[in-house]
Amino acid sequence: MAAVRDYDDIPGTYVFDGRRSQQGYHLNMFCMSLNIEANRERFGADEHTYLDGFDLTLSQRQAVLERDWLGMLRLGGNIYYTFKLAIFDGLSMQDVGGSMSGISSQEFTQMMIDGGRPVAGNRRIGESPESPSS
Amino acid sequence: MTTIIGGIGTSHVPAVGAAIDHGKQEEPYWRSYFEKIQPAREWMASQRPDVCIVVYNDHASAFSLKLIPTFALGVATEFQPADEGYGPRQVPTVQGHPELAWHLAESLIGDEFDITIANEMDVDHGLTVPLSVMFGEPDAWPCRIIPLCVNVIQYPPPSGKRCFDLGRAIRRALDSYDGSDADSMKVAVFGTGGMSHQLQGERAGLINTDFDHAFMDELIAQPGVSCGRPHDEYIREAGSEGIELVMWFVMRGALDDHVDEVFRMHHVPTSNTSNGLLILQNAH
Repeated sequence: MAAVRDYDDIPGTYVFDGRRSQQGYHLNMFCMSLNIEANRERFGADEHTYLDGFDLTLSQRQAVLERDWLGMLRLGGNIYYTFKLAIFDGLSMQDVGGSMSGISSQEFTQMMIDGGRPVAGNRRIGESPESPSS
Repeated sequence: MTTIIGGIGTSHVPAVGAAIDHGKQEEPYWRSYFEKIQPAREWMASQRPDVCIVVYNDHASAFSLKLIPTFALGVATEFQPADEGYGPRQVPTVQGHPELAWHLAESLIGDEFDITIANEMDVDHGLTVPLSVMFGEPDAWPCRIIPLCVNVIQYPPPSGKRCFDLGRAIRRALDSYDGSDADSMKVAVFGTGGMSHQLQGERAGLINTDFDHAFMDELIAQPGVSCGRPHDEYIREAGSEGIELVMWFVMRGALDDHVDEVFRMHHVPTSNTSNGLLILQNAH
């Protein structure tokens, strides 16, 4: 695989490529297991024991227990998988989106109602909001 | 030979399904969106397709990282709504059309599209929400459905051009279908996903309305050119999950070169997503 990708300069974005998929396989498969109701019950009863059944790294395990949504992405999590854990917690995509971008759920929801996060200033790392569009 | 009544491009936002399932359509957040899509539902009701081919992606429901088919075609008699973590959506079971689906499989593979054949495949919001968008809340879906699942979760997804070419191959298959019901069969093709949105990372919430409209304009007028857009441009301009839009090219490829725009709707936001709905028909 190429060392540098054409999307590596996009800010705040964790493209789920082969590198991340290798890193996050067990983390994501843990999340996937929560599709089954009996597993949700077992996880709810004892998170630590349930997590012992998956080959997570210590930092992945910690990110799960602390519900560190951005941390899970950085450790190879894929949002569609990690969101299974958010569903388990009764959270919405606005809750998780706010957490990952450092604002409250209410602020995130309002940002979406106001038209969402603008692409201007968010295309490239280091780009200022005033930069002309590409 | 079947008759293609049209192509539908639509977002497949889970929150739209939840709003329908939990009776929230009249709430202020949702009312405007559901009012805007009403003409599309009326068009669909007037067209009465016999079969819909729904191009969608699975979101860690039927497939996981264990096995990642780029294109998986459902040939079963029926497909159950998946449990995505909330319990399955309380929507009708999806009835397949095995005869046409197997014809598609044979024709596509003969045409050098090496698709995966799925005999058992639960279907998640990627497929059921577009049905709810177009058909509302019937006791049973009013037509047979052939699911065509595309990987857009594990990078890299197939290119827009590959999707466009697959759509053209689907069209050749529909034109050569000679099943017992072929002459009276009306088919619609759905391309789902998008529009601009990013669910993940510090850039979550990205929306690009200008991109969305340009995408629809180009999909109509010059799909053979716009299908060449590279993946990093989707991610940069339309958000990491905006790349789902490559699936709209499968729908477009199944239509004629020249199409008429029957209906267009664009609405921000539905959940964290810019929501688009486009209906195209072969030009008269």
